[in-house]
Amino acid sequence: MSSDPDAGSGEDLDPNFGDYGGQFVPEALMPAIEEVEDAYRRYVLENEDGFMDEFHRRLRDFGGRPTPLQYADGLSARYDTDVYLKREDLLHGGAHKLNNALGQALLARYMGKERIIAETGAGQHGTATAMACAHFGMDCEIYMGRTDINRQRPNVFRMLLNGAEVNPVDVGRGTLKEAISETMRDWATTVETTHYVIGSVVGPHPFPRMVRDFQAVISEETRRQILDREDRLPDSVLACAGGGSNTMGAFHEFVASADRRSADGSSGQRPRDDDVDLYAVEAGGSTLAVDEDAGVAPNSASLSTGTEGVLHGARTKVLQDSDGQIVESHSVSAGLDYAGVGPELAHLVDEDRVRPVNVDDDAALSAFHRLSRLEGVIPALETAHAFAYLEEHADDLGDLVVVNVSGRGDKDLETVIEESTERGVAEAPDMSVFEGAAGTDPHAGGDR
Amino acid sequence: MVLERAFEDGPAFVPYVAAGDPTPEATKRYVEALVEGGADVVELGLPFSEPIAEGSTIQSAIVRSLEGGMTPDRFFELVEDLDVDVPLVVMTYYNLIYQYGRGRDGADDGGGSGDGTETGDGAGSGDGAGSGGPGVEPFVRRAAEAGVEGIVVPDLPVDESDPLVAACEAHGLDLVFIVAPTTTDDRLDRILDRVSGYVYVQARLGTTGAREEVSSHTAESLERLEHVDLPKAVGFGISEGDHAERVVRAGADGVIVGSAIVEMIEAGVEAGDDPGTVADRLREKARELKDGAVRGAGGGTQSRNRPGSQPK
Ligand SMILES: Cc1ncc(COP(=O)(O)O)c(C=O)c1O
Repeated sequence: MSSDPDAGSGEDLDPNFGDYGGQFVPEALMPAIEEVEDAYRRYVLENEDGFMDEFHRRLRDFGGRPTPLQYADGLSARYDTDVYLKREDLLHGGAHKLNNALGQALLARYMGKERIIAETGAGQHGTATAMACAHFGMDCEIYMGRTDINRQRPNVFRMLLNGAEVNPVDVGRGTLKEAISETMRDWATTVETTHYVIGSVVGPHPFPRMVRDFQAVISEETRRQILDREDRLPDSVLACAGGGSNTMGAFHEFVASADRRSADGSSGQRPRDDDVDLYAVEAGGSTLAVDEDAGVAPNSASLSTGTEGVLHGARTKVLQDSDGQIVESHSVSAGLDYAGVGPELAHLVDEDRVRPVNVDDDAALSAFHRLSRLEGVIPALETAHAFAYLEEHADDLGDLVVVNVSGRGDKDLETVIEESTERGVAEAPDMSVFEGAAGTDPHAGGDR
Repeated sequence: MVLERAFEDGPAFVPYVAAGDPTPEATKRYVEALVEGGADVVELGLPFSEPIAEGSTIQSAIVRSLEGGMTPDRFFELVEDLDVDVPLVVMTYYNLIYQYGRGRDGADDGGGSGDGTETGDGAGSGDGAGSGGPGVEPFVRRAAEAGVEGIVVPDLPVDESDPLVAACEAHGLDLVFIVAPTTTDDRLDRILDRVSGYVYVQARLGTTGAREEVSSHTAESLERLEHVDLPKAVGFGISEGDHAERVVRAGADGVIVGSAIVEMIEAGVEAGDDPGTVADRLREKARELKDGAVRGAGGGTQSRNRPGSQPK
């Protein structure tokens, strides 16, 4: 395990990001986590056995990387500023999630683990994990809250089609938080044969770091692509934040390049990497307040409103009551509906490097329709949050803006049509074409 | 110190109940009944909303307790209200310990300066992280004040435990650690360096939950701990007197029984039984488990006679 004399430089990795991070998990899991840390160091950081080469090759051939950085004509005209889209929605599976799932499944293979488990909220991570496991011929079980199963049905079908087992979680509100807890319980039982592919930059060290490194390909490409196209770095990068994996993926290279460049004293770029404003757009839900008595936060804005606490293995910003009980979060988008957030993001917010902002459910729904109409890109509801922020604050974001399109919205069509009708979202298209059609379910026709 | 002594007169029976399941008044009666039935130590669960180490039985108990309004403050009041002469151990998750200092005694989460000095170097000596947070000292201080003798934290591995170890030492509380079937030798050494009271030997992988059979891991785990002076209490899956007997015969100094007890409380809740009736059943169950443990030690209640396991 970690005492393996071959463990590369053998230098201990810091499990913390400032005040955040750490490893708060049952003892039974710690040896496995040490094993993952050792594998992460050897294969990911040191490219032992050409692991990272294989990872990048598979991301290209199976995943379709690199993804385009597309100039957004419609949005640029609307806001009178240059807007680029980083098209992670074009990654195989339709979201950034495959970067991590493929990396971790491959790592599990190098580690000799046969079975994969994962939690999922929006079902994108579950889908990506199921795809990666089918690709590698590994057993795969996905834990998903009952509420999420019902609001993200297309992804459940995809997981099943890829041969994964889907285990509904009925505890609590039946969303991402409960799914993570339940996956940890499975892992505590099966840890000797199983790897837990955590779906975001959350959980105990080394997961937040490792998932970030697998997702960092987003900003590595973005930085290269924008320099190619514009010969300068962007003024702002926007990404939605649930756990924060597409966020850290979209930001990391700008943070790391700044560190590297300040280390060697050089700085050729304008603006410099550390002047690129990084916006983590959270789900403001219906309102930002926490209802202590009900134990509910009608939002998922842990970076904006959370306080330091320990959840799912890490010290980070969490939505909790004054006793430390984790409160139930809410968002119209399942993938952002989580009471915690990655510890590194929490740290970067405290350092004033990342700006935590949020938009509410209605604004996200409007942005969903706007992007669909203006750009011909139907975004995931999660992603739509980033575009809602752009709509509200385009004037403050500078002349060159990159928005990370973390995923596509096919999975959300049912929810969006339902919610838009219920809330009377002005931007929603007229759905009257369905009226009087045989079978009253609008989606029955829409899917063909 | 007090905890260790509870293992001196033969094998100890250590039941777990979730405090406030379904009400604090009921818990009081249940704990008293368990002690009358032979409990030597009682582990009282302070419920946390995300109990990742718990199986479905205890998860449900935690939900009932939280719905009944249990909070850390009410928990300590319940402890103060308990009239039993055996040591009490609080079992809870780290976040509740970590947050207890916030917003109480005028302390806030801002600088953490007050807590920082009181947990002293404990917080600082470890990894350098976390010392800016609310701190763990206020919880430990309050626990000591209320008469708690020890703490078990299922989601706190030894790696993150320096602040809590320091606070427990400062307030004379024992900090019990769990040794799992997967624990490596290197980790075991680090645990043994810090553990006090008793060693919680996790009998099987997985979460808590009553089982039909005693795990085959148990004997192996106990063998690894033969050289350890502290009492070894085995938990996870023990549900019957016969299990207790076998576990003690395999070398345990005590048995920890949670889910089997909680199941009886749950059955009582579901049937709408009077807490007094449930308490009677718990007293019986305690006798069964305690008798089993005593049989495993060779009959009478005389002290253990295995080499290397004498209490200090
Ligand atoms: C398309 C998409 N974007 C964003 C997220 C949020 O996750 P994260 O914050 O880890 O990127 C999800 C989660 O399911 C998602 O599916």
